[in-house]
Order: sequence, then structure tokens, then C-alpha cells
Amino acid sequence: MATKQQSQITEELTDYKYGFHDSEKDYEYKSGKGLTEETVRMISAYKKEPQWMLDFRLKAYKIYREKPMPTWGSPFLQEIDFENIHYYIKPTDRKSRSWEDVPADIKNTFDRLGIPEAEKKFLAGVGAQYESETVYHSLQKHLEEKGVIFVDTDTAVQKYPDIVRKYFATVVPIRDNKLAALNSAVWSGGSFVYIPKGVHVELPLQAYFRINAENAGQFERTLIIAEEGSSVHYTEGCTAPIYATDSLHSAVVEIIVHKDARVQYTTVQNWSKNVFNLVTKRAVAEENATMMWLDCNIGSKLTMKYPSIYLKGKGARGEILSLALANKDQHQDAGGKIYHLAPDTSSVINAKSVSLHGGRTSYRGMLNVAPGAERSRSRVTCDALLLDEQSSTDTYPTMQIDENNVAIAHEATVTKISQEQLFYLMSRGLSEQEASNMIVNGFLAPLIKEFPMEYALELNRLIAMEMEGSVG
Amino acid sequence: MSQLVIKDLHANVEDKEILKGISLTINAGEIHTIMGPNGSGKSTLCHVLMGHPKYTITSGIITLDGEDITELKPDKRAQLGIFLSFQYPQEVPGVKYPNFLRQAKNALLAAKKLPPVKIPEFVKVVKEKMKLLKFPENFMERAVNEGFSGGEKKRAEILQMAVFEPKFAILDETDSGLDVDALKIVAKGAMAIAKETQCGVLLITHYQRILNYIAPNFVHIMVDGKIAKTGGGELVEEVETKGYEAFLTTQE
Repeated sequence: MATKQQSQITEELTDYKYGFHDSEKDYEYKSGKGLTEETVRMISAYKKEPQWMLDFRLKAYKIYREKPMPTWGSPFLQEIDFENIHYYIKPTDRKSRSWEDVPADIKNTFDRLGIPEAEKKFLAGVGAQYESETVYHSLQKHLEEKGVIFVDTDTAVQKYPDIVRKYFATVVPIRDNKLAALNSAVWSGGSFVYIPKGVHVELPLQAYFRINAENAGQFERTLIIAEEGSSVHYTEGCTAPIYATDSLHSAVVEIIVHKDARVQYTTVQNWSKNVFNLVTKRAVAEENATMMWLDCNIGSKLTMKYPSIYLKGKGARGEILSLALANKDQHQDAGGKIYHLAPDTSSVINAKSVSLHGGRTSYRGMLNVAPGAERSRSRVTCDALLLDEQSSTDTYPTMQIDENNVAIAHEATVTKISQEQLFYLMSRGLSEQEASNMIVNGFLAPLIKEFPMEYALELNRLIAMEMEGSVG
Repeated sequence: MSQLVIKDLHANVEDKEILKGISLTINAGEIHTIMGPNGSGKSTLCHVLMGHPKYTITSGIITLDGEDITELKPDKRAQLGIFLSFQYPQEVPGVKYPNFLRQAKNALLAAKKLPPVKIPEFVKVVKEKMKLLKFPENFMERAVNEGFSGGEKKRAEILQMAVFEPKFAILDETDSGLDVDALKIVAKGAMAIAKETQCGVLLITHYQRILNYIAPNFVHIMVDGKIAKTGGGELVEEVETKGYEAFLTTQE
């Protein structure tokens, strides 16, 4: 009882809605801090993985050790202490199919995140990553009947090894970057989604992610395959409790969009303000396929994430919408990368960022048109809004155009919230806070309306929470 | 009966005195017009009455129904019933006009401890007022002042006056940049609203043509930060024949 009261008080003091955490003592398995080859072997053995996956992990571990940290990006990168992180935690052995089977402790957490309700009303399936293992997974029957697979990636390795082996690490190879190599060595959980030919999943597939143990690295690995003429919308939302020491989240997401298929991947990232969020997300779009990343970053201490699309097939389309909000002591280094590798491909990158209370946003983008990718079209826009003098934003757009017959447009704006705008809105009875909220909402509205309704509402609430006290 | 009183108001912008002692009393239902040449301080007076942070009031007092509002922030003044129709209304990209109207109306109501509007009823009211000001239905889809023509911006300001129902409305050069038809709609609309709500009006204008549609109770000629002369409708004709030059010399 005393503990409960105490945790309630703590929660009120921390002023962070999802800043609660369950008792840690129930974890069945928690690797020691730091990473050795032995840790990698233990993770694989614990998961009873086939030899090929162990070999893959060990190879990745070697590359991780060899590769240097990126020298570009945020100065915050230097603060990560890789030796002070747990690389694997397994909360429970059980994998529940129905809500009733989910352990009470975990249920509590999900209740507060609103998962069951969301499922009833809205979701086609729920894959919730709690710590490093998926404990709750459900999928509406009719999807299963259509042959849709939506499981955690560990299960996929056991149950669908042929599909996994065919695609795993083909889009993000181990050597891609140091953090991709790290993820390849110690990955756990994440979603595996397979949509058969011609199948359209009408409702978004949704997964909630959560880091719960202090210093628990979360290295989920997501693989989505949309076969010819199929379509799916996958959404993820992240929340994490507040801890005193820093936490690392380093995921890899790979997506294969086959001919005429469509995939949309929506992220609402709201890690607590001590998480390093370093994620590699990449998709390949084949002939006439459409890939859309909708990437929203509000939480974390540092995010470095640039969802990418390789437009590999003729007529493929790619769209990246990126929204970032950087508050005090946060750096959102986000953007997107598009590679036009075939003729008649088209792309859009639209990035909007808001900096307040001294926060920093960076837009980092790449637009590449390969020789022979004739009639490629692309439009890149990045807009930044600054709420005060202490906040900052910077832009690193790169363009490599190796084909003449293309139509490329690039536009970048930086706006500071103006006294005249505030005065205008305040003269209508709105407080300074309400007025700047309204300006920020309006600035972000063109992106927010692209999110599913439920997310759009949550986003507006989150942004309003972040904005509190931003004036004066 | 509501009363807005301005007493010996002096105001600066960056150490330069713009208002040099303005006194004015406006009662509910009265229409006052301030005319004057460019740079006489008309727009400054509007902004100072609304509480723009750029201006410093060095002396004098503004009261609304006896309450000193000289130091209040713009939102508090609005909540007490002051409205400014801007000469250059600001654009707020991405914010849909009806959302803005509703949020502002709710802020005004909340200040009076009244419950927020009910959306269907509010939409009905807004649509009625839109009709009065000859707005097309699709106006509701647009963002606040974004991409509006000059005339649309001015009409939209009067729409706000109709929806917010202030005690006193300051119309800052509401006639500028309007063609004859638009001017007629705006002027007649504003007068109808003022009459209906018994709102006091302070109309700032550079030209007399808006006065073809509005019959003021009082006309004030403002020159060099002061009111040089106050009278009735006849002053308008005096300006028309003699120009402002005459009032300038009267002063000196």
C-alpha cells in the first residue's frame, strides 16, 4: 500500500503521463551489463534459435566491434555508455493470445496505455512489445484466414524460417552502420508482417513499444513484406518511463514493397527524455509500388532517424512525412532519404519541426537520382518553427542528381513565431499559451491530418503537453 | 450602460511619442469616427487600446465600465469586451477559420464563467453571420486569413465582431483596400451588428467614403497625436473641402 501511494506521488511529481514502471524483480532473465560474444550466444540459446540465426548474430557482433561510431550527427552521441546497458531482458515466458491470459503486472501497464480499448474500437491486431519480448499478440480472425502473418520476429524465425531467411537483413545489411550491426547481434522482438498477394488490410496494424527496465536496451527488429498488389498500414507508438540514467533504443526496420503493393508505416515516438533513439528504417519499393513513412518524433533525448526509400522499380512512389518537436535538452535529428533508381519514379519529402525552450531540431535529408532514372520527380520541403530565442534548428539537405531528365523541387523555411501573430490571436481573447498552441497546431496540421484519427488526437494532446509553460 | 473612457493618453514606440494626450469617451451604441492624415497616430491609438506590447503608455488611463484596463494584456481586454478589427489581419496558416472562431469564443465565454459553445448551434450562428456578410459556404474550409484577398480579410474581421459580440469595437481602417461593393457589405454589416448588440464603435478612417454608409454620432479629427477637433457629421464635409491641412494650422 505504501509503495503504491509512493509511486502515485512520484508519478505526479515527474509530470510525465507514462512515467510509471512495474517492479523489476519478476524478470526471469536479464543479461548482465555490457556486451560480449558470450552475451550474444546466450541470447540466441535462450531463444532456442536455429544455427543460421546464431551465425548471423555472431557475424554482426564482429562487425559491430570493428565499426567506428558515426562521427557526424549530434554531440549527444558521445554520451552513450555502451558498457552500461543490459542487452537482453525477458519479462515472462508466456505468450498470450487473449487478454485474460496476460499477466496482471503487464496488463496494468497496457491498461494505462489504453491498449484494450484501442483494440476493440479500432485495431485489426495488436503486437505489444514489453521489454524485449512480445507477450501479447492478437490478430483478427479474418486476417489470419487471408494468410496475413503478424507475429513478433522471434516467433517468425521459428515458424516461418523460409520467409525470414529470404528477406532478413537484405534491406539493411549488417555492415550498414555500427548501430545496425549492434541490432543485428542482439535484436529481440519487433514485428514480422507478411501480406500475401492481393490482400488489403483495411485497418492499421498496431504495436506499442515500451522500455521498462533501467538501462534496458531495446533492439527490436521489424520486417514487413507486402506481396504483389497488397496493402497494409503499420503503426507504432512509443512511450517509456523516466529513469535517472540513459537508455538506448536502436531498432532496425526493413520493408519490402513488391510490385503494385502499398505500405504505410506510421510512428509516434514519445520515449522519455533520457532515451537515445538511434534507428535504421529502410524500405524497398518495386515496380509501381508505393511506400509511405509517417514519422513523428516528440520524445527521447536524442533521436537520429532518417527513414529511407529505395525506389527500385519503374513507376515506384515514395513519401516521407517527418514531424519533430524538440523541447529543452532534446535534439531531434530527423529527416528522410530517397533513392530514385528507376525511371518514372516519384517522391515527396515533407518535414516540419518545432523547437522550444532551447531544444534543437535538425533536418537531414538525401535525395539521390541514379543515372538512367529518367523522368524522376521529387519535391522536398522542410519547414522549421522556432518558439523562442534559445531554440535552434539546422538543415543538412543533400542532393545527388545523376540524371538530366528529372523534375526536382526543394524548399526550406525557418519561421520564428511572431509578436504580431500572437497579438492578433490574443486580441481575440486567447491567452499567450493558447495563441502559441494554436500557431503550432496550425503549422503542424498538414502533417497531423495524415495520421490515423486516434493518433492525431493523441498527437495534439502530446504537443499541448509539451507546449505547457512554453511562454513567459 | 457600458462606457469606454480614454483620459489624457500618452504613448511611445521606442522612445518616440506618438500619442500626445488623447481623451475620448464612448458610450454603448455610439458611433465615433476618427479621421486624420497618415502618421497622425490613428493606428497607434487602436493598438494601444488593444494592448499591443510594442507600445508603452507613458501617462493617462483607459477604463472600461470604470475598471482600469491600461495595463491589461490583450486577451484580458478582449475578455472584458474590447474588439479590434485589424487593418492588416494576421495569417495563421493551418488553423481552420471555424476552429479559430470557436476557440476564441470559448475563451471569451470561459472568462465570464460561461460554458463553451455547443458546436451545432455555433455553426448555425456563424453561418447566419456569414450570410449577412455574403461569405460563400466554403469559407469555413479555409485557414485563418491565409490566401485571403484584402476584401475577404476585412469582411472576416467583421464576421468576428458579429460572433464575439464585443461591448466596444475598434475598426482600424476597415475601409482601406475595399472596392465599392465590398465597402458597402462591410460598412452595412458592421452597423447592423453594432445596432443589434448595442456595441460602441470607434471607426478609424482615412477617407470619408465609408461615411456614405455609416452615420457617426461624433467625428474627431486627429492630427499629430492629438484630437484637434470634435464635432458631428459636418466635420466630414469640412475635411472634404479644406483637407487636413486646415486642422494642422488650427493646432499651431
